[in-house]
Amino acid sequence: MSQSPQNAIPAEEAVLEADTLVEEVSIDGMCGVY
Amino acid sequence: MTACAVSTKNTATLDLNQAWRVHPQVSIRPEPFGALLYHFGTRKLSFLKDRRLLEIVQVLSDYPTARQACSVIGITESELPQFQRALATLRDSQMLIEVSV
Amino acid sequence: MTLLEAPGAPSTKPARLVDLFEFGLDSPICLTWELTYACNLSCVHCLSSSGRRDPRELSTEECKAVIDELERMQVFYVNIGGGEPTVRSDFWEILDYATEHHVGVKFSTNGVKITPERAAQLAANDYLDIQISLDGATAEVNDYVRGPGSYATAIKAMENLQAAGMENFKLSVVCTRYNIPQLDEFKAIADKYGAQLRLTRLRPSGRGADTWDDLHPLPEQQRELYDWLIANGDGVLTGDSFFHLSAFGEALPGLNLCGAGRVVCLIDPVGDVYACPFAIHDDFLAGNVRQPGGFAHVWRQSELFQELRKPQSGGACTSCQFFDTCKGGCMAAKFFTGLPLDGPDPECVQGYGEELLKAAKGKEKSAPKPSGDHSHRTSPPRPREGMGPVQLTLTRREDLQRPPVNDCEPNPLAGFAAQLASEQESAS
Repeated sequence: MSQSPQNAIPAEEAVLEADTLVEEVSIDGMCGVY
Repeated sequence: MTACAVSTKNTATLDLNQAWRVHPQVSIRPEPFGALLYHFGTRKLSFLKDRRLLEIVQVLSDYPTARQACSVIGITESELPQFQRALATLRDSQMLIEVSV
Repeated sequence: MTLLEAPGAPSTKPARLVDLFEFGLDSPICLTWELTYACNLSCVHCLSSSGRRDPRELSTEECKAVIDELERMQVFYVNIGGGEPTVRSDFWEILDYATEHHVGVKFSTNGVKITPERAAQLAANDYLDIQISLDGATAEVNDYVRGPGSYATAIKAMENLQAAGMENFKLSVVCTRYNIPQLDEFKAIADKYGAQLRLTRLRPSGRGADTWDDLHPLPEQQRELYDWLIANGDGVLTGDSFFHLSAFGEALPGLNLCGAGRVVCLIDPVGDVYACPFAIHDDFLAGNVRQPGGFAHVWRQSELFQELRKPQSGGACTSCQFFDTCKGGCMAAKFFTGLPLDGPDPECVQGYGEELLKAAKGKEKSAPKPSGDHSHRTSPPRPREGMGPVQLTLTRREDLQRPPVNDCEPNPLAGFAAQLASEQESAS
């Protein structure tokens, strides 16, 4: 599930999340496709 | 599976002293701000948000260790952990596999 | 808007994916390709108003040329649909050509041609995925929208796929007023056949414009759907079609972005390239693959797509606290309900769309019509060759006492005497 920025996250994890260089996307996760 | 914008799961550290390569079923598509990786077997799609990460992935199998590949691309010591985490994520989605000796 | 900071900074802060994608990509990530407007069904909400084949359809060779282009552009995946794509006699040939040329395929079908033999072929190809369309968990609900017998056809196809060992194929549902109460049952059907459930949004596109008032979910049903997805949505696909529901609170998984002309697009049966399969209208027509430069040129250079890749005006929606994930909802939904594109979605969960629609009612301007209508002329469609003999029953007309008078009959009173006689009879 996607996390909205408003969720409370421990500070260290927040830094890790913010600088992630890889994002996974579902091949079905794009609107405009059957 | 559905997408997560960020990952909060604990990813095991990637061994930088190992040799790694890209899974043969992965298609790498460079983009201006990074790259798209698509795994035809798992149907997973990964987006690399840094051109240097793309370059590392492209030369990975040319070097005996991931550490060397990162060094060749110009990653500094202080930047290394961030790239190491990125490579670990790619390992977890089977985009990268260890080269067995 | 800035993209990435210069590499080399120790704390590289990457941009959000959705921000990067909004500016478009050199190639689509995936796209929808409608192979034919021909269809054995006449679903009342068909987004492409399909039914009759268009004589200008791309030929087999032209289709292969498109695939060659997709391969060169490294398009990972193509979602093949229609109409009913399997009614093209070259369908299986085109499928094989695609998977042999590094283009993954998921095709969408009502199941009509998925025999045990075909199911076995599909199961054997790793680069093929299949999506069965079903819009009701019961025949009653489904066939109301998709026509008599369509439920049975879909179930049979799923049985065949399961028996052939096809794992994780997709069961795709368009959510309507009538089937939102059936979400648990849909999940059960998907589980029963080893399929993955996919719930998608109904748009007022194609014939959907005519049935929108009857079929579109009621406001409380949108909430029901959202709650269900939050509670049960792990493993359920949505095609990112519910980002307008993110205004209920948490955003659902997906890019939460209108992909039209940015990361996806449509190639239609005659080679026209539209921003989105839900926006088959001249205003969203970017070009045609038969033009010089083919598909690549249209994707990369067309005026329309370059326009869509500029920052879009949110208009009235920018002040809404949910604009960041809702983004004003679906462009196609706004367009075909006659709403301005820089304003709320007709199904805006805050009710702003409804307000606008009420205000617009009674004014002269009516909503745009989709371009082209390939609907069958008769309902139900006439049986065609290959679907068995036409069932005829020969009878006599009971109301005729004698054969009709021949036009060449020289006697001007022929037929009248008999009529007079019978009238005298009934009078007495």
